[in-house]
Amino acid sequence: MTEWLNAIVQGVLLGGLYALFAAGLSLIFGVMRLVNIAHGDLIVLAAYMALTTVMVMGVHPLLALLVVIPLMSIVGYILQRLLLNQTLGNDILPPLLVTFGLSVILQNMLLEAYTADPQKLNGGAIETASVSAGNLSIGILPLLTFVIAVLVIVCLQWIFYNTALGRQFRAVSDNQDIAQLMGLNKGHVFGLALALSLAVCGIAGVLLGMRTSFDPSIGSGRLIFAFEAVIIGGLGSLWGTLAGGIVLGVAQTVGGKINPGWQLLAGHIVFLLVLAVRPRGFFPRVEH
Amino acid sequence: MSQLLAVNHLSKSFGAVVVANDLSFSVTEGEAVGILGPNGAGKTSLFNLLTGALRADNGTIEFCGKDITHTPAALRCKNGIARSFQIPKPFVGMTVFENCLVAATQAAGLRGARARQHAIEVLNDTGLIDKANHHAGKLTLLDRKRLEMARALSTRPSLLLLDEIAGGLTEAECQTLISSIKKIQSAGTTIIWIEHVVHALLAVVERLIVLDFGKKIAEGDPQTTMAQDAVKAVYLGVE
Repeated sequence: MTEWLNAIVQGVLLGGLYALFAAGLSLIFGVMRLVNIAHGDLIVLAAYMALTTVMVMGVHPLLALLVVIPLMSIVGYILQRLLLNQTLGNDILPPLLVTFGLSVILQNMLLEAYTADPQKLNGGAIETASVSAGNLSIGILPLLTFVIAVLVIVCLQWIFYNTALGRQFRAVSDNQDIAQLMGLNKGHVFGLALALSLAVCGIAGVLLGMRTSFDPSIGSGRLIFAFEAVIIGGLGSLWGTLAGGIVLGVAQTVGGKINPGWQLLAGHIVFLLVLAVRPRGFFPRVEH
Repeated sequence: MSQLLAVNHLSKSFGAVVVANDLSFSVTEGEAVGILGPNGAGKTSLFNLLTGALRADNGTIEFCGKDITHTPAALRCKNGIARSFQIPKPFVGMTVFENCLVAATQAAGLRGARARQHAIEVLNDTGLIDKANHHAGKLTLLDRKRLEMARALSTRPSLLLLDEIAGGLTEAECQTLISSIKKIQSAGTTIIWIEHVVHALLAVVERLIVLDFGKKIAEGDPQTTMAQDAVKAVYLGVE
């Protein structure tokens, strides 16, 4: 019994990481209907950025966030203004193709720069530390990841519904042309949206790199998890991505408990079931 | 009074459809100008050209003495040109207040409490204050039309473009609209108003411009302009 409960708790905490993967993806889809195929590779890029920061500055990976988050935001803004804005229009195909190409380019650049050897961010004692709750032993790092995920979503939610920036995001999301006539520069607003999305990728990348080893090729796998969490949770809903991440995480750990080989399979099956039964996810955005 | 807007030989066509045909006119500061014309005469297209939603094929647009022919839409709005839409297009995912707040922050450049204050004032003036926290997507047609006006006013425009804002209103609502437009004009805002409800238009404007197939066919004092044969022919269908 305890073992099952343990699997579920681990799954919930793992869901926090998946929610971090998904939040950035959901955010830019919500603001500019851009499906970013390179999202997973950008998370991996952030992990490598953290690796370099740790090696050069000799700091703890969590401190590297202070470098990775601003750097990723800048990359996001520039990427959007110089490249992705040119692809956005009535046709959804160009941004898909361009971000797919970007994914290939990023993987190969990382391969050139860092080789295919698996790397890991060394978090030190925090990786093995745990707290006991009854018969359960909960790892500090997964717990921290989950707490950060909740904080990130609270933050994004706050930005969206309580700040001028959030109103800009919602205005362009609602009607780009009218937003322009209200004085909004949509290119700039989109740039800020991708900057925010990649800031979240930065956090996700560092926590991913501390949790498991990574190499330049694992981005597409993270993209699938992010997609699944977004779809399960419901498009456009930030809290939905957390719920989606948790459902996916629990499905994987419980599946893995039944048979160690079924971990990923169980996640995909639950995703397909949700897609079949509730194609709009659990918490679709109520508007529209 | 100095000249606020000057349109010089403006032309725009979509294939064979001409929406602006060598169009020239000017508007002085504080003036209220009405634009009449049958459906398809290029009235709304003219607004699209003025706000930057459409690019002119030929000709120039000067606003406050500056050539804005190639200025992006967002910048024209910041410089003081705002419009309302014939078919209301609020940001449906936001509240009425937020709709105005976006305009006050982005276009009028107000920050924090001042932006909120301005949005509240505009909502007061347009009679929407009671519905400030309603979702814009759930408003009635009349309130959506009010919101069109409120959002345009929130940008603190020096030139306000109104597109068939009186259509579909009852007579009493129309009178309220007329008095609020007069109030806006007397506060110093220049107005260009496209309207099919002629009596509402004539109650406000000091000058009329009549368009047909993108071409200016008459211009001048409302009463004399309405009496011209060419205007009667195209607009009222009287030979």
